[in-house]
Order: sequence, then structure tokens, then C-alpha cells
Amino acid sequence: MTKPSPTGIRLSLPEVWLEQHGDTLYRYAYFRINDAALAEDLVQDTLLAALQAQESFAGRSTERTWLVGILKNKLIDHLRKYSREQTMDTTPGSDQDFDALFKDDNWSHWRTPPSVWDNPSAALEQQQFWTVFSDCLGALPGRQAEAFTLCEIEGLDGNEACKVLGVATSNIWVLLHRARLRLRECLETHWFDQGKGG
Amino acid sequence: MYTCKEVTQLVLEKQERRLSWREHLGVRIHFLICDACARFEQQMQFLRKAARYFAERHEAEEQNTVLTPGAKKRIRDKLRGA
Repeated sequence: MTKPSPTGIRLSLPEVWLEQHGDTLYRYAYFRINDAALAEDLVQDTLLAALQAQESFAGRSTERTWLVGILKNKLIDHLRKYSREQTMDTTPGSDQDFDALFKDDNWSHWRTPPSVWDNPSAALEQQQFWTVFSDCLGALPGRQAEAFTLCEIEGLDGNEACKVLGVATSNIWVLLHRARLRLRECLETHWFDQGKGG
Repeated sequence: MYTCKEVTQLVLEKQERRLSWREHLGVRIHFLICDACARFEQQMQFLRKAARYFAERHEAEEQNTVLTPGAKKRIRDKLRGA
């Protein structure tokens, strides 16, 4: 027989945490980083950290909330480290990618104007479109993809996303703009212009 | 009058901040004579809508995302060793 802890809070063993909350933690991590092996590592790190920090569990929150809180910190640490490892591609100004879209004439016309997209709303209902969308998102340079995912898919505001990525506000806009331009072009090439013939 | 390049830049900025009335007006006038830029703006709005749909779909899919038995075993072994 085990005695209840002095605080009267009954904590389950890490293995029980794994059974009861493992999938929740895994989903939380996987959804944010899209990498099964890494998500598994983060769940493991979270449970190991929880084991060490058992005493700090005040019982104010549920066990699951407490564990998700630890995981969140692990995730932020990971994203920060990851974003520092990448080369800086946020220098504003002299944006060659952007400049290259336009001619050098007086009106700076589009070199290749955006094409007519046929019934875009219908695309949202098609499974195949989402495969293309995921591929296009995946093809973005790392930090652009992260900026777009954080702001547009996870709904973080600019300041929160800056904290995660460790960049200044002006740079997050640059990343987002580049991401949008590339995504637009990618969807056009791989979805909307498909089957147009010629 | 704005050029296509300037309008494109403003349409991108518009996703993050409110344009001034001058900018807004300039962009609108440009759209009257330039289909390409008008399409670009619609496509940016579509991208935003698509991102929201994507998030919703992802959340639904999430329910089927679970640790594999192999992954659980690996984690359990680590926890026992800790």
C-alpha cells in the first residue's frame, strides 16, 4: 500500500501518464511540427521533465494541463533553437525575389501576371487540393513556412510569432510576404493552371 | 498613380495593417485599369481563407493521430531507465 503524498495530491506514475495523456501530448506536438519522430521525442522529454518536476505540480490544474504546459515550453525551446540554426533570410529591402516579379518599365508591370483562378472556393472542398497546399507549404524555406503557419494557420498575432521565431516585427512581415508570394505561385502552377492546356 | 509593383507591395501589407485612405484609394483606382493586380488581391484573400480551412481540417485529422505502439514502447523504456 502506498501512502498518499503529504499534500494529498495523488500523482500517477509516468507510465500511467503515458497511457492516459501520451496521445494528447503527441497530437499537440505533431500538429505543430509535422514530424512524427520529433513529436515522439518531445513527448518523451516532457514526461521525463514531468518526472523530475513532480513536486512542482501544485494540483491547481489537471494533470493533463500541467503536462501540456511542460510540452509547450519544450516546443518553444525547440522552435527557437531551430529558427536560430537557419540562415537569416529576413533582410528587408533589396528583395530580389520580389523585384524579379516585375518588369523594369515605367509601370513595373507583372512579368507573368497572376492567372485567372477558376472557382477557387470549389478547390477548398477537394482532397487533392489540400495535398497540393501541404506540398506548397512544405516547399517554403523553413522560416517562411513557420511564419505563415504560426500567423495564418495557428492564428498567433505578429508579436507572439516574433517571440517564437526570435525576429523583429518588421522581419516577420517580410517572411510572411515572401511566404504568401511563393504559396500563391505554387498553388497557381500546381493546381489552378493544371488542365488549362497549352 | 501607383505601379503594379507598388500595388502588390501594398496588397501584401494590407494583410497585416490597415492602409491609409490615400493608399486604399490609390490601390482601388489601380484595380480599375489593372486586372492582374485585382486578381492578385483576390488570391491573397483566398490564401487567407484556405489557411483557415487548412487549420480546421488539420484539427479534425488530429483526432486520428496517436502514438504508435512502437513509439510508446520506446518512451516507456526510457521512462523506466530514468
